[in-house]
Amino acid sequence: MSVAKRIIPCLDVDKGRVVKGTNFIDIVDAGDPVEIAQKYDNEGADEITFLDITASHEGRNNILSVVERVADEVFIPLTVGGGVKNFNDVRDLLSVGADKVTINTAAVSNPDMIDDVTDKIGRQCIVVAVDVKKIDNNYIVFTHGGRTQTNLKAYDWCLECQKRGAGEILLTSMDKDGTKDGFDVEILSKISNNVTIPVIASGGAGNLDHLYQAIVRGNADAVLAASIFHFGEYTISQAKEYLKAKGISVR
Amino acid sequence: MKNIAVIDYGMSNLHSVLKSLKKVINKNYNLSIAYSSRDIEDASLLVLPGQGAANSCLEKLASDFPNLKTHIMNKPFLGICLGFQILFEKSFENDGVDCFSLITGDVKDFRSTIKKDMKVPHMGWNKVNQKYNHILWENIPDKSFFYFVHSYYAKATTETNILSDSDYEINFTSSILKDNIFACQFHPEKSSKHGLQLLSNFINWSEKLT
Repeated sequence: MSVAKRIIPCLDVDKGRVVKGTNFIDIVDAGDPVEIAQKYDNEGADEITFLDITASHEGRNNILSVVERVADEVFIPLTVGGGVKNFNDVRDLLSVGADKVTINTAAVSNPDMIDDVTDKIGRQCIVVAVDVKKIDNNYIVFTHGGRTQTNLKAYDWCLECQKRGAGEILLTSMDKDGTKDGFDVEILSKISNNVTIPVIASGGAGNLDHLYQAIVRGNADAVLAASIFHFGEYTISQAKEYLKAKGISVR
Repeated sequence: MKNIAVIDYGMSNLHSVLKSLKKVINKNYNLSIAYSSRDIEDASLLVLPGQGAANSCLEKLASDFPNLKTHIMNKPFLGICLGFQILFEKSFENDGVDCFSLITGDVKDFRSTIKKDMKVPHMGWNKVNQKYNHILWENIPDKSFFYFVHSYYAKATTETNILSDSDYEINFTSSILKDNIFACQFHPEKSSKHGLQLLSNFINWSEKLT
């Protein structure tokens, strides 16, 4: 018996509101974070991830207030990411009710931050988000929301994150993200089969079979999706029923 | 007015626990954070949440709450995660540390007993198998999923203390009940509706204790 595979809806938050859009154009207001999070909780979401996409400096206070309001009403694990730079950012998010914080660019620029933060507050709180793109048969890590190419190979970087104390890896395929074409099961299985911490698949979910493939072929411990749930194509409960009928353990 | 004291020793997810309790209590209850022994003297109920390492937790508790064990034995008590594990006799975390010995059995590392390809920590939603009917399980179906995050597991050796067990390749104790002491390995404060129901049941149960 193992743990249930998790389904995690991801909400983009801008200036305290949930927004949705395709390929960063036509971003529209999609509603109040508390109401949407409650709806997902009622449908059986196993966790909720908030990605703060507020570009401006005052963004931090907005996201803190969102997390605080959601945590008053929604009692499942809440993960928050976007612009987390240092220990203080992590601590602030945890103190208003986040259970886990994702770090991305800051972990690459200063890998010691992973050791430092996990030593102080525990491994389970830190998810390292790894954005990867396939270049000449190698999966390369990108930072700054996918704008900056690093010289890190995805596989090496994930092993290093684990060694430094990361609790989970959120692996996003930039090639697949937004395509609705399915997850990149090649890199997913390569990472998941070689680390001992959970791997969350992200980027490419277009239908329920994609979730199944990420779990069965990609060996993902959890699947994260945004648009298939936001735009009402599927509910979380439909996703759960689909996976259950195929023999996957879900809650 | 009854006071529920949630014990703060500086390393738990205290806020989540407070928020979830706030959601289930009625106007006859007041929630407070306990920072020292003085803050728990007058409490009607005690809650000990927990995260972090066993040895530093026990050290901090020994210095800030020297008479905690006596209070645990005499007030309705809820322990969560590390607050569950430290009730046992010994934890093998940090090269071995003596615990409160209120429940017989030890706390061991998953990594020392399970196969290499199982992921540790045991993190996520897993089934909780109820060992017998009890008011604490009211409105919670048997084998409901609860949220777990832990690398060490406990195994109670006195069968009657085991309120539930769970499986993560091996079978372990996921909650215990002994007299006025109730404690669970999983996190009710993060287990959605069934978690809130369990917290509410804990309050109801405490009112029936004499």
